[in-house]
Amino acid sequence: MRLELTPRAEVSRAARALAPVAAFLVAFLLAGLVIWLMGRSPIAAFQVYVSGPLSDPWAIQELVVKATPMALIAIGLAYCFRANLWNIGAEGQYVMGALLGGWLALRTHGSEAGAWVWPLMMLLGIAGGALYGLVPALLRVRFGVSEILTSLMLVYVAQLTLDYLTRGPWRDPKGMNFPQSVTFDPAATLPTLLAEGRVHLGSVFALIAILATAFVLGRTLFGYRLRVTGEAPRAARFGGFDANRTAMAVFAISGGLAGLAGIVEVSGQIGQLQPSISPGYGFTAITIAFLGRLNPLGILFASLAVALTFIGGESAQILLKLPLDLTTAFQGLLLLCVLGADALVSYRLRVVGTHHRPPGGEGRLGRSPSGVGGAGIERKVDGSQTRAAAGGGAARSFLRLPLRLIRRAAAFGREFHAGTPHRARGCAPSRPSPQGGGEP
Amino acid sequence: MRRILGLAATVALALAAGSAGAQQKLKIGFIYVGPVGDHGWSYQHDVGRKAIEKELGSRVETTFVESVPEADSERAIEGLARTGHGLIFTTSFGFMEPTVRVARRYPNVKFEHATGIKRAPNLATYAAKLHEGRYIIGQIAGKMTKTGTIGYVGAFPIPEVVAGINSYFLGAQSVNPNVKIKIVWVNSWYDPAKEADAAKALLDQGVDVLAQHTDSPAPLQTAEARGKMGFGQASDMERFAPKAQLTAIIDDWAPYYVARAKAALDGSWKSGDVWGGLDSGMVVMAPYKNMPEDVKKMAEETEKAIKSGQLNPFKCPLAKQDGAAVECKGTNALSDEQILSMNFYVKGIDDKLPQ
Repeated sequence: MRLELTPRAEVSRAARALAPVAAFLVAFLLAGLVIWLMGRSPIAAFQVYVSGPLSDPWAIQELVVKATPMALIAIGLAYCFRANLWNIGAEGQYVMGALLGGWLALRTHGSEAGAWVWPLMMLLGIAGGALYGLVPALLRVRFGVSEILTSLMLVYVAQLTLDYLTRGPWRDPKGMNFPQSVTFDPAATLPTLLAEGRVHLGSVFALIAILATAFVLGRTLFGYRLRVTGEAPRAARFGGFDANRTAMAVFAISGGLAGLAGIVEVSGQIGQLQPSISPGYGFTAITIAFLGRLNPLGILFASLAVALTFIGGESAQILLKLPLDLTTAFQGLLLLCVLGADALVSYRLRVVGTHHRPPGGEGRLGRSPSGVGGAGIERKVDGSQTRAAAGGGAARSFLRLPLRLIRRAAAFGREFHAGTPHRARGCAPSRPSPQGGGEP
Repeated sequence: MRRILGLAATVALALAAGSAGAQQKLKIGFIYVGPVGDHGWSYQHDVGRKAIEKELGSRVETTFVESVPEADSERAIEGLARTGHGLIFTTSFGFMEPTVRVARRYPNVKFEHATGIKRAPNLATYAAKLHEGRYIIGQIAGKMTKTGTIGYVGAFPIPEVVAGINSYFLGAQSVNPNVKIKIVWVNSWYDPAKEADAAKALLDQGVDVLAQHTDSPAPLQTAEARGKMGFGQASDMERFAPKAQLTAIIDDWAPYYVARAKAALDGSWKSGDVWGGLDSGMVVMAPYKNMPEDVKKMAEETEKAIKSGQLNPFKCPLAKQDGAAVECKGTNALSDEQILSMNFYVKGIDDKLPQ
């Protein structure tokens, strides 16, 4: 006996829109069950986790502060992921942005420098992140190096550079040799939006970035180019789109936005440089980008939802004395439910006997994959897989993107060992095929 | 449906009653950098929290938030301050700036920051003289090593840790002039996998007695598995390594926490700085085990000498790595400030301090 996923012929817009809502409900029910089994009131927990923070002005501000860096990074990653390019190193670009922008803050510290300091810091932050993001792009374009590995490795380079600087040359001379810089002057601090509370201008930057991205991805030739490059590289080539230029552009954009997130966080929230300036925002943002289905509005909601789980988790510890592990488990549960709901919206789950394989290339009940809009696939020579038709919808590509990532990494490993480019067929034989197994 | 509504009403009532009753009680909050189950630093602070509950019972209510990232801690600290907590302990150096900022916004809340250097009328600091214990375990290590090489797993090269390494080495050198030390940095307070890897790397390089300034028992467990020796850190870790643990340096925050909670209750709380050592009971040595009688006797005598003030681990003259003498700003020893801002290795340590 085994389980099989077959693509649904039609996926209604309503089902797709309701999937995340259903996922949240299921996640809350399961979490509530666990809390009930622990002998606590699930209703009180829900109150503290969700309705409490959402009805408290202070908590809403904190929610926005927490979501800002994650939204900024995730929105940039959407450009890369849409073009089927894998920037895993946003954390490093974040640090480099903070580093270059922070340099100006330290340089002007104690001087009479005016209010021009923080705007220039923001620009330097964008430049730092963008230049750092261009390194893996350049290596890919020039030498064909996998951007997945280089961008990830460069995270450690960035973190250790910051570590070195805050312990060494940039250390606060009056700080008893503790590894942190001086605290930034008011001129180098991002202004807050309200008289009370910590929400700063960075949240406005994030909102602008989201709106601009919605426009660019939905309404411009560049946005179209990304989609075609990501979903049908050959078509993009025939269409005259230069894949190398696309790679450089999306890495510069996502690096720049991650860099902006870094300097925004350092200037608006932390107020100084120190060896650790991120609890892993660059990696959490990858999850958020996919939770938001690479859609700008979706990313906005996803970043707020993830921020809510962090804040709710702290409230639960303070008000209900529930352990942190429960929050971590809930975050995982939520992600699992959202992914599962999306899979079930796009695919039909069925139990089949092992002896009873569907004929190759043919879906059940006469639904040939190629006959269904968006269900057909083509395999390219380089082994990665792409949709031929465009009608498949975001949910499916959302499901497939992580699979593609795993596939790409596996293919890379194989190439690395064999020393020769692999053929399409051999690339991932053991992978369960949600398409009903076979080529159109 | 009615049942659910009824339940909701009960919960609302309970919450309201809770906040009304809390006005007479003192609510005390704790921010931990690691999980409360790290069996080291954060665990030991939590032991202090429980001691407050046990001692003061119904007069207090305590809360903790664990594994708070240092770069994003302001919200958690403020979360405690605005939910009626009157006394808040932030228990890691990295919480300093956020604690300062929140303390400024909540002048009526009392704050206590561990291992910090910034104070305010409502913000006190406290720390333990761990380096006193390090001198004792250094002497034990110097006696117990057969290879002549002792090891140290460090978290971050901040003054507190560097002073610990120096004190450990000076102790070893005082009984074994040719002893060598190897140091590995983990760059984390709590990361059992990395800590164990660091310990393995040290043991592979011929180290046979291991000390650590990280929070989990992993290095000590590694020593136990390899049949080598080591020391517990922050709490008594004997149950994790009954054959390997020679002793442990225990941070006993309980008496301080209880005293401060009492002071906050009766209104005598004042900001200040406390740096407690073996004599004040803030640093306690676990029973000396797995060693010959003469080594045990030496350790006990050293402990007594430090307690009585006869012996200072950083007594002068003291030479830096290059042999240059360190200026003595205290009486026949380094001043507290010199120890708290230490950023050099003493002579004989054949390594480079990362900075």
